[in-house]
Amino acid sequence: MKKFLSYFFMIVLALFLMAPFVWMVLVSLQPNKAPIPTLDHVIPEHPAWSNYKLVLFDQPNLPVWRFFLNSLIVTFSVVVGQLFVSSLAAYGFARMNFTGRNLIFYLFLGSLMFSGPVTQLPVYLLVRSLGWLDTYAALIVPGVSSAFSVFLLRQAFMGVPMELDEAARIDGAGDFRIYARIVMPLTGAALATSAAFSFFAVWTDFFWPLLSTSSSNMRTLEVGLSVFKTSYGTTNWPLQMTATVLVMIPLLVAFLFSQRYFTKGIMIGSIK
Amino acid sequence: MMKKSKLGYLFIAPATLHLLIFAVFPMAFSIFLSFYKWNLLTSERHFMGLSNYSYAFKDPLFWNAMWNSTKYALLSVPLGMVAGLAIALVVNQKLRGVTIFRTLYYIPAISSGVAISILWIYIYMPETGLINTVLGMLHINNKTDFLKNESLAMYALVFMSIWVGLGPRMVLFLSGLIGIPPSLYEAAELDGANKLRSFWNVTLPMLIPTTFFVLITSTIGALQVFTPVYIMTQGGPNEKTDVVGYHIYVEAWSKFLIGIASAKSFVLLVVIILVSIIQFRVLRSQLEGYSTT
Repeated sequence: MKKFLSYFFMIVLALFLMAPFVWMVLVSLQPNKAPIPTLDHVIPEHPAWSNYKLVLFDQPNLPVWRFFLNSLIVTFSVVVGQLFVSSLAAYGFARMNFTGRNLIFYLFLGSLMFSGPVTQLPVYLLVRSLGWLDTYAALIVPGVSSAFSVFLLRQAFMGVPMELDEAARIDGAGDFRIYARIVMPLTGAALATSAAFSFFAVWTDFFWPLLSTSSSNMRTLEVGLSVFKTSYGTTNWPLQMTATVLVMIPLLVAFLFSQRYFTKGIMIGSIK
Repeated sequence: MMKKSKLGYLFIAPATLHLLIFAVFPMAFSIFLSFYKWNLLTSERHFMGLSNYSYAFKDPLFWNAMWNSTKYALLSVPLGMVAGLAIALVVNQKLRGVTIFRTLYYIPAISSGVAISILWIYIYMPETGLINTVLGMLHINNKTDFLKNESLAMYALVFMSIWVGLGPRMVLFLSGLIGIPPSLYEAAELDGANKLRSFWNVTLPMLIPTTFFVLITSTIGALQVFTPVYIMTQGGPNEKTDVVGYHIYVEAWSKFLIGIASAKSFVLLVVIILVSIIQFRVLRSQLEGYSTT
């Protein structure tokens, strides 16, 4: 009985969370410019796959492929940069001792929690005075280190037994070697978790690319979709939903490959 | 004990430099800006003393926005947390296929915020939206335009935010649940506690650190919400969903009132810090209450 109720609950909840997505796909297959269908007509008799062709290849004012390429370049650069910069810092905080270590770490923690509302405007001004507005530098450089990754990786690095370091030191290894050859390889899951979190955060970031880019050639997919909404208004729902599905597909594919790091990964470090 | 070594500075140097340039210095600079009158477009800046702050405190639209954000947080955070915990309890059982459900529940959270917002505009539409279509089939009034209705628009945003946040909150509570040693439940059982009592006296107290983490991060997130408001309501109808994150955005990027926007964002920052401190104090006293009894 309890088992039955649990499954009932889980299935209803899954429907509640997934129905909007199913609806989105069904509307995207309605004929272009068609009025919104009623529920009994929502499954299209002749799925309008041409909507997808239209959005992907026939949008003279919206360089959809360029948006995709921009998102790819920016996300890849930020994720790789963050992994390197943040893991170095995490190693320093977790496994080395120096004056002011805890104080500096608290600075990271504090900025992780509280810097959100006040930094965007000054960072914009900084990027503007560097002449970076509307370039990849504006989209990438402010993201290449993340206090969140430092925090997460520090937790994971602290879990690697110190005896390994000592043994390596006796063999003559220095800190950089221990970082690269011992700590990094042993914390693959935490690194993957950190990469997965930053991938989704950067790919779906909206506010910063909205502020720091202006030409349509520099827009990311996320901003591109909002531009698409403004140019189509709420008049052409099938096409609007087609664009929305297309933005979701890469995210779902990425999630498929990384999902175990979301459901297991948080447990590695974030709140122990 | 680790030996002190200067090499540590080299390891943290890139990240620390980045933090100084893109977080610490900007924070300081925003305090500086909050004392000036500046429109971003010219190089002309006028020192205003504290008058941007007194303007902010007298601005009824700013108070309205602060109130809207408070309302948004007070609704979405507790409801989202209770729902997240309830789901975590269900999916913490050893059931076949349970990991598939856990994965499904996470999907809204990894989705594009803009895509989700557009999708929910559609869901909330009068007559033809998903909700109203279902209501129509049940022969209930289906003409409500949720996002344009002054008394409902805020609830519509809150409902969507709970929908989006279920997965991550479930996972966080799940990790808390998994961390509870089974021996505690066995001891409670030996003492004759039933399921409800051991939930109350073992599960909930043991989840306090998790709750603390979820509460603080959710509250900070809720007080800064921006994307759904920007895409779905633009603060309307009649400023009823004009949350402070969106209000400050408009002050800075539509009206170019840089000084006033900086002062307001600094007030928001102070509010966020105070709320976090209060939450921390309350939960710590809870935790101490349990460890002494």
